[in-house]
Amino acid sequence: MTEGTISGARGLDRDEPLLFDQDAPGRSGVDLPDGPAAPDRLGGLRRSGPVGLPGLSEPQVVRHFVRLSRMNYAIDYGLYPLGSCTMKHNPRLNERVARFPGLGDLHPLQPESTVQGALELMHQLAHWLMQLTGTAGVALTPGAGAHGELCGLMAIRAAHEAKGETARTRVLVPESAHGTNPATAAVCGYDVDPIPATADGRVDMAAFEAKLGPDVAALMLTNPNTCGLFERDIVRIAELVHAAGGYFYCDGANFNAIVGKVRPGDLGIDAMHINLHKTFSTPHGGGGPGSGPVVFSAALAPFAPLPAVVATADGGLKLVEHDGAARVGRMKGFHGQFGMFVRALAYMLSHGRDGLRQVAEDAVLNANYVLARLKDVLPPAYDGPCMHEVLLTDEGLEGTGVETMDLAKALIDDGFHPMTVYFPLIVHGAMLIEPTETETRAALDEFVDVMRGLVARAKAGEVDYFREAPRLTPRRRLDETLAARKPVLRWTPDTPLADAAE
Amino acid sequence: MSDRKYTRDHEWVLLSGGEATVGISDYAQDQLGDVVYVELPDPGRQLKKGDEAAVVESVKAASEVYAPASGEVTARNDALDGNPALVNESPEMDGWFYRMKLADPAELDDLMDEDAYERFLETLG
Amino acid sequence: MRYLPLTPDDRAGMLSTIGVGSVDDLFRDVPAGLLNANVADLPDHQGEMAVERHFRRLAARNLSPATAPCFLGSGAYHHHIPATVDHLVQRSEFLTSYTPYQPEISQGTLQYLFEFQTQVALLTGMEVANASMYDGATATAEAVLMAHRITRRPKSILSGRLHPHYRETTETLVRYTPYRAEVRNPVVGGRGDLLAAIDDQTACVVVQNPDVFGELSDLSGLAEACHAKGALLIVAVPEVVSLGAVTPPGAMGADIVTAEGQSLGVPMSFGGPHVGLFACRQKFVRQMPGRLAGETLDKDGRRGYVLTLNAREQHIRREKATSNICTNSGLCALAFTIHLALLGEAGFTRLADLNHRTASLAAGKLAAIPGVSLVTEAFFNEFTLDLGKPAVPVVDALAERGILGGVPASRLFPTDPAMANLLVVAATETVSVDDIDAFTAALREVLA
Repeated sequence: MTEGTISGARGLDRDEPLLFDQDAPGRSGVDLPDGPAAPDRLGGLRRSGPVGLPGLSEPQVVRHFVRLSRMNYAIDYGLYPLGSCTMKHNPRLNERVARFPGLGDLHPLQPESTVQGALELMHQLAHWLMQLTGTAGVALTPGAGAHGELCGLMAIRAAHEAKGETARTRVLVPESAHGTNPATAAVCGYDVDPIPATADGRVDMAAFEAKLGPDVAALMLTNPNTCGLFERDIVRIAELVHAAGGYFYCDGANFNAIVGKVRPGDLGIDAMHINLHKTFSTPHGGGGPGSGPVVFSAALAPFAPLPAVVATADGGLKLVEHDGAARVGRMKGFHGQFGMFVRALAYMLSHGRDGLRQVAEDAVLNANYVLARLKDVLPPAYDGPCMHEVLLTDEGLEGTGVETMDLAKALIDDGFHPMTVYFPLIVHGAMLIEPTETETRAALDEFVDVMRGLVARAKAGEVDYFREAPRLTPRRRLDETLAARKPVLRWTPDTPLADAAE
Repeated sequence: MSDRKYTRDHEWVLLSGGEATVGISDYAQDQLGDVVYVELPDPGRQLKKGDEAAVVESVKAASEVYAPASGEVTARNDALDGNPALVNESPEMDGWFYRMKLADPAELDDLMDEDAYERFLETLG
Repeated sequence: MRYLPLTPDDRAGMLSTIGVGSVDDLFRDVPAGLLNANVADLPDHQGEMAVERHFRRLAARNLSPATAPCFLGSGAYHHHIPATVDHLVQRSEFLTSYTPYQPEISQGTLQYLFEFQTQVALLTGMEVANASMYDGATATAEAVLMAHRITRRPKSILSGRLHPHYRETTETLVRYTPYRAEVRNPVVGGRGDLLAAIDDQTACVVVQNPDVFGELSDLSGLAEACHAKGALLIVAVPEVVSLGAVTPPGAMGADIVTAEGQSLGVPMSFGGPHVGLFACRQKFVRQMPGRLAGETLDKDGRRGYVLTLNAREQHIRREKATSNICTNSGLCALAFTIHLALLGEAGFTRLADLNHRTASLAAGKLAAIPGVSLVTEAFFNEFTLDLGKPAVPVVDALAERGILGGVPASRLFPTDPAMANLLVVAATETVSVDDIDAFTAALREVLA
């Protein structure tokens, strides 16, 4: 029997050429009117040649992107247990309200009198964030989590400078931290000093205390931490860093584990960013846009960047864009990721205080259920209950010749997006599984059953099965070495891959 | 090969006529995996012992290559620009990084010879 | 709660599998007394209708550009978004996926990022582009840091006619680095002071084209002056549609081009999320911030795409990364890509021409009002008027008449008294001739 199809397609799955390979000169998917007669005022700077864009009609464009979309995994399709990324259900109500005329189409520099509803929305979001975290101030503007970290750390530096404390140059960061933490500290001009972890996956208190000193500006700590564990000594940690004259920056990437259950302000934090796209479920959109508001303790609130919404004496709201105070400067254009504020607030109002607490409880319950059902075949890195995500090691694969990455690729063939692999770096062959609260027990059972089946296969010596995986995907394993050695970062006319690099 | 010296950061240095050639060891390239890019110092650059002289990148890692001694860079291995795989294929020959004129050749005295480096590698497990 | 699938029976059964009595046993590491502490002053959950009503009420308190002619620009522009764009970006597989860490099941995202990078490179006249940044302002700030890395020089020179948000964002980002940003005065007209400031300590000069007042300039001379001193020229483009009509920065000698891509496919949304574009010369590619999609082959030899040059990024280099950025603006980049794919060469240049004609007509009519003068000589779809009296009350009075009549320059430069009477006006394809006439009549009335 003949193998393969004539076109190379496999039923519903087919390849899609680049837009640039579908060009017909003059064709367009948009009809525009003739402009009014008016003089050319470009000052002689009119473009002399074509841009080089391909011409496609509307149906071609629709088909192109629909075909591309079918090559992606998505939360709407299935469990997406990517640890530390919080891939939970994205309610479509939030999309709808963000598109309301009067919200989605507002210009950021309209007169204040014409945007009172938008300012009220920002004010409400700020209120929810401060209430849920037990904090005194908030900066809404940062564009994503890492941007929020930068904002928080800059507020810390501004606060030290306001006190004349310029000799504080060191920031303590656990070895298990997300890469953005040390990268942010470096952009802020600080030296990064790593803190080791204990055998139970938490801050090594002795090592931490030994590193405290008059040159420590801040501690950057994720809680629950990147191993999916709550830092038991967190109150003591906050006291110690404060006693040493430093501030406590909490990375709030994992706030979804404790929202409505624990207020970080009660733990002694001074600044914390909140990834609206994680805890409050604004869509991840293939890698952004995010949104990373930062909440502040009373000590740091005066240093928060502008713009900020403040209530006026007459009951209106005002957008303060400049005030001349010694605070963190502007973080980005305009007033922050407003479209994400709308979605996050819709999520908050939908869940309410009671629903958000249930979110944290179910997220933690689901992770511990996966842990309970997997630990005999894939031992966890640390004992005891986890929070919203469970960290496994590759110990269960020892001697099989199958590695963490192979297991991840085999999961793909079984219809699941893999967990986060090889992070945090301090655990060998790490697998970080975050199921989130929007999964059914049946979905978790299905995932666990597949994981157990794969471990059994590995132990049965089926190494080739794993090495060859995935087989059933639009593409098989891709050559990352080739991509990096001879980078081809754009289409160019008539240049085959082989000699496009130079 | 007996003149080749090694640092604890896995760089090698070979002195020849007052000029030292620097690269990374076979062990280092094996740890990095497929090398995809090497950032090299330009001739004329003054390096102090311990300075970051070069950066070597693989798909999954990047590491600094430190100057094993002080001196002035006299040449860079242009072949690595187009073919970084040379670092994997021939780390201690064609995959050299740069040459330098040493300010004080005695700075190399603290480095390990080949045997000592072999023993050092054994301690790393 | 409609988003939470676990039933009470599920929870009880799962707790028993885990071997604990209650869910709070799983929170046992939380310090005593701090678990379930009162979260005050927040309402309980609500159904979809109630939440929708809440947002309708908020939206009704705003004046929407859907009902009021909008002449605002200054970094965000009111353009028509084809229905197809909004439909496609809401496809589950785009909206609810994440960063393409597993390329075998993310080819859709990776291919459109590759297409996006190509489009951005073509528009700006540059060799390569990244997979997007937060917005035009942060992209510009990152470009300045990149220029310092490349040149190893300490000083950047920022044009006074750079959008103040771009300038302030850059100043914030470099504040605690060893570098210093020098800002020139925002004089209307003339670039002479920029040229004189370039020296052998200068890493880069940053200009905007069209600038914050809408003025277009030929930057070739400035590029030559920069290169003669070993400095880089960074050009920020706040209105990407201008590149359909105007000579691109790449053709004028720019080394790095940043731009705001909101105008293509992305709603203004009160200022964000937008999409930052970042393009540069091929030789600087390894110093670029942000994610990059690249072409490669899979195990069966088929063409595919991956995220590449990862070693520059924070998850590998940590404190030595080129930038601390993790997320990009993926979905906005998709909207941009779809809109530009729909337009194509013919549609895009026609759109640009339509914008220019509309603005040219508006400028002519508005400047004919007694007491009003046009201070911009060459422009694309945005220009500056001198009203002869303070612009803020004029704009408020226009808003009362249902017209969003431009941005007072004093909103952008609040401490500069020379800005008081200046009004920055944009006119895109969404503005009809009737809208221009209504604006002209209202302005005449308000100024009388």
